[in-house]
Parts: sequence; C-alpha cells; structure tokens
Amino acid sequence: MGQIQLNQVTKSFGDVEVIPPLDLTIHDGEFTVFVGPSGCGKSTLLRLIAGLEDITTGHIEIDGKDATALVPAKRGLAMVFQSYALYPHMSVRKNIAFPLRMAKMPQSEIDARVENAASVLNLKDYLDRRPGQLSGGQRQRVAIGRAIVREPAAFLFDEPLSNLDAALRVGMRMEISELHKKLETTMIYVTHDQVEAMTMADKIVVLQAGVIEQVGSPLELYRSPRNTFVAGFIGSPKMNLITGPEAAKHDADTIGIRPEHIDVVESGGTWEGTVGVAEHLGSDTFFHIHNTGLGETITVRAIGDVSLKHGDTIHLTPRADEIHRFDAQGLRIA
Amino acid sequence: MARAITPRRKLMNTGFAWAVGLLIFFPILWTILTSFKTEAQAIASPPIFLNFDWTMENYSIVMERSNYARFLWNSVIIAGGSTILGLIIAVPAAWSMAFVPSKRTKDILLWMLSTKMLPAVGVLYPIYLLFIQLGLLDSRAGLVIVMMLINLPIIVWMLYTYFREIPVEILEAARMDGATLREEVLYILTPMAIPGIASTMLLNFILAWNEAFWTLNLTAVNAAPLTAFIASYSSPEGLFFAKLSAASTMAIAPILILGWFSQKQLVRGLTFGAVK
Repeated sequence: MGQIQLNQVTKSFGDVEVIPPLDLTIHDGEFTVFVGPSGCGKSTLLRLIAGLEDITTGHIEIDGKDATALVPAKRGLAMVFQSYALYPHMSVRKNIAFPLRMAKMPQSEIDARVENAASVLNLKDYLDRRPGQLSGGQRQRVAIGRAIVREPAAFLFDEPLSNLDAALRVGMRMEISELHKKLETTMIYVTHDQVEAMTMADKIVVLQAGVIEQVGSPLELYRSPRNTFVAGFIGSPKMNLITGPEAAKHDADTIGIRPEHIDVVESGGTWEGTVGVAEHLGSDTFFHIHNTGLGETITVRAIGDVSLKHGDTIHLTPRADEIHRFDAQGLRIA
Repeated sequence: MARAITPRRKLMNTGFAWAVGLLIFFPILWTILTSFKTEAQAIASPPIFLNFDWTMENYSIVMERSNYARFLWNSVIIAGGSTILGLIIAVPAAWSMAFVPSKRTKDILLWMLSTKMLPAVGVLYPIYLLFIQLGLLDSRAGLVIVMMLINLPIIVWMLYTYFREIPVEILEAARMDGATLREEVLYILTPMAIPGIASTMLLNFILAWNEAFWTLNLTAVNAAPLTAFIASYSSPEGLFFAKLSAASTMAIAPILILGWFSQKQLVRGLTFGAVK
C-alpha cells in the first residue's frame, strides 16, 4: 500500500512562502512525476513528503494515517537522491543492508534480501566493492537497491538521473520504469526534464512557483494543457505560442500549436517564413523559422529529411484541429 | 601561464626551506645535544657544538632523582583523557553547528575561538579558587577538565570544518533508512569523519601534552605531568642545564615520535578546508 495525500500543505522558509496551500493525492501503485523548472518547489515538495523538511501548515497522510509529525524513518518511504548519497565507507553489500540493519532485521533475512536486490539490479559482482569503485550508473543502482530492500510504501526519487550521461540516462529510465512495473509500488519522481516525465509517468504534476499548474496523464497534458505554462513546458520542442492578430482570428488571446502539428507544404500554405536554423536529425528535421509575421520564431517538425536550408522560404499549414486556444489569463478555452 | 621554476630557483627554494626548518628545529636539537654534555660543557663559552665527551650521566641522574614513569603516566592520562572527553562533547556540538546551523552559529563559533585570545593568567585566580573549593587541586581529573576546556574551542572548530565537508544528503539518506540520530552519528558521520577526528585528536593530544601554564599552577606532586618534571630541574638549587636538557628530551621524546609518525595526518588536519 502506498497512498499519499497532501491536504492544504504549505511550506515557508522564514518569510518566504515556497509552497502555497496545496492539495494532492497520489494513489497506490502510481508512478507520479513532479516536473517544473528549477526553483519551482518540486524537490521541496518531495522532501516534505519524505519528512526531511517540516511542513509549515497542513497535513500529510500516508495510507490514511496522519504522517505530518512522523520522522522520515517512520513514514515507510525510501528515497533515492540525486547525488546517490551512498555511504562511502561501506561496501555495496553493507550499503544495501543498512536500512535493514537499522530495522533490526535478522541477519539471515538481511542476506536474503540483499542477494535478491543485487540480482534484480545486476549488482551481484559488485557486492564487496566500495561506492568509490563503481561507475555512475552502478552507484545509482546501489542507491535504488538500498531503497527496494526495505519494501517501502513508496519510493521517492529526487532527480536521480541528472548526474548520468545521456546514454546511461535513457537506459536507467527504462530500468526504473521496468522496476515500477515489477514492484507495482507507488513512486514519486522529481525531474526538471519533461522527456523523463512524459516517458515514465502515469501521472504528471506540473509545478511552477510552488503551485500545481496541472495534474494529469502525460497525454492529457500533451493534448489539453490547462494553461500556457503547461503548454510551453510539456512537449519537445516547445509548443509555438502565438499572440496578436493571428490569435484573434481564433477568438483567443494566445494560440498554441505544436511543431509536429504544422505541415510543411510546397507552396501556398497559411503561413510563410524564412528558415533560420535547420536541425537535421535524419528521422526528423526541425526548422526554426523567422519573418512569419506572427511575431515569434516558429518551430516546425518535418518528418524525414527535408532539404530546406538557412534563408530558404518555407510554407506552413497548421492543422486546424490541433490549435490550442488560451484567454488573457493564459487559461485554456475549451 | 604557469610560473616557470628553473632548477636553480628550485635549489634555492629547497635550501631556504631547509634553513628555516633547521632554524625552527635548532632549539630542540641544542637541547638534545646538551643533554649528552657534562654540566661544565653545557655552559661552556664559546658553546661546544659536537666536539664534546658524550655522556649518558645526566639521564641516569635524572632517572635516579625523579620518578619519570609517574610523570609520563600523568601526561598520558591528562592529554589522553582531555582529548577523549573533549571529543565526546565536541562531536555533537560540531554536528549541530555543521548540519543544523542557526543564524547565530557563526557568531558562536567565533565567540568560542575568542576565548583562546584571553590570556590564561586572566582566569587563573577564579579557576584556582574553584579547584580549592572542589578539591581538584593536584588531581588528574581536575587537569583533564581544564585541558579539555581550554582546547574545546579548537576541537569543535576543527570537527566543524571536517563535518562541513560531508554531504548532508548522506546523512539524510541515513535518516530515510531509519537511522536514529545516535545511529546516524555513530555509523555514518563518525566513520566518514575518521581522518578529521584522528587529526583533531592528535593535535589536541599534542597541545595538552605541551601545555605548561595550567599544569604547573594546578599540580604539585600527585598529578604532575612531564612539564612539571622539566620545571623541577630549573629550581631551586640553580640551573643545571645538562640535566634540565636530559629531562626535557625525555619529556618531548614520546610526543616527538608520535608527531613524526603522524605528520602527514597532522598537516592534512591543519590545512583541511583551507583550500577548496
């Protein structure tokens, strides 16, 4: 079990309120990702759930029990830190066994659980090494191993992949997702990388300045962002947000159209502009287009390799049914 | 561009460093040499450097006249006891200052260090009276407490510097893993800070070993350590330089040997945190 409920939770550091009153329910077994730009309060929120920071007002319930005043150890949660936070003076085996030792578990049980975690995470050959002798990816696995042996109610991940190189990050992302499928335990994952959020989450919580902008499944956020902030944050490359006369044509203050929802046409088209930068990825080509008269640089994704280059004129047609409309407050118009 | 160091310049630097080193070491060397001279040679003018009749006489006289082992034992108890007691108090203090600092933490640290700037003699009278009242005069327990108190600011300060180098996330991980505060300090913080704690202990031990003001003023016979042993050869029959030197050599030998073997650790301890 691992249902976590935040009721009117706030957090202030001195006079600065970093989390205004916030309500959130994370259901048992859900993979929830907190995503937002740096300083949006996502890590603070995670630390409040972990108990590493005290909440200023409000309540936190874990599995229906009030955990507001509980110390971290008593909350039944396990955390994986950005810096791995392994104990450098202990072997991998001792690192993984540490939470069990603290729980005064019998040695035979500890050994069995460590062996099991090590085989799940491919760490069997490294059990007697120190963290300093491991690569970044292996260290991260040890940190995850230390978390899973406790069989916690929920896992908390604080930007666990941001210290890894790009290739390793993709691999670990899959491993964590697979682990979630296998364990079916609640996971809360903090990241500033919206690709991680989109690929891993059952539910994404988009935060800005401590405020939840939107909660929903990755595709809900992609298809119907609640406001311009979520619209701009979710999706890569970013959604094009256009204001002015073009938006007014659609009875909106701002319209949004994703790069993949604009078609490059031979001639004619709704919009026309000059190619600034063309990024040829092989499978796709991204064009950054100027002088469209829309006031912004427009990004367009074309499938395959389209041979337009810097300075060429390009003709564009946005797909009418993929245009998102927002009002003066930046809120979505249904 | 990195500064070019020519071989000539390197030679000069090395020579200079050796000269400074010898200059600092010279009094100790002279003491050791003098301890092997006769009393007459010890005060000869011009001084005799190496060309004298080497004798062990001073050492046998000193051993005969005083109970060296008892002084040595007192030094060990006082220096060791004050170090251990100091650590027991300083580890939690440094922990709280390093990991749960308040707005005043820096002020407290500075204030603690400022007590080291007070001349010791300024508090001699009150402490002496307290010692009489508490029956601590000429007791090892009393000296252990005084030594601990005068070195505590340095111990706390050094440990604080070491603890600050330990990533707080590791301690938080221990907290998440179910460690109590005691377990966190015992199983995680202390082992990680072992090099720092070791050099702190070493330095404190040496400081307490060499301390003469309080040991001379607060002891007479029972608790007198090696500093008092040396001092006993400077009076009252007049100065016997050769015997005084023999006593001094015997007093500094243990700490010199300890310092020699642990100099790497000590240097690291003293410069830790200076460069980041």
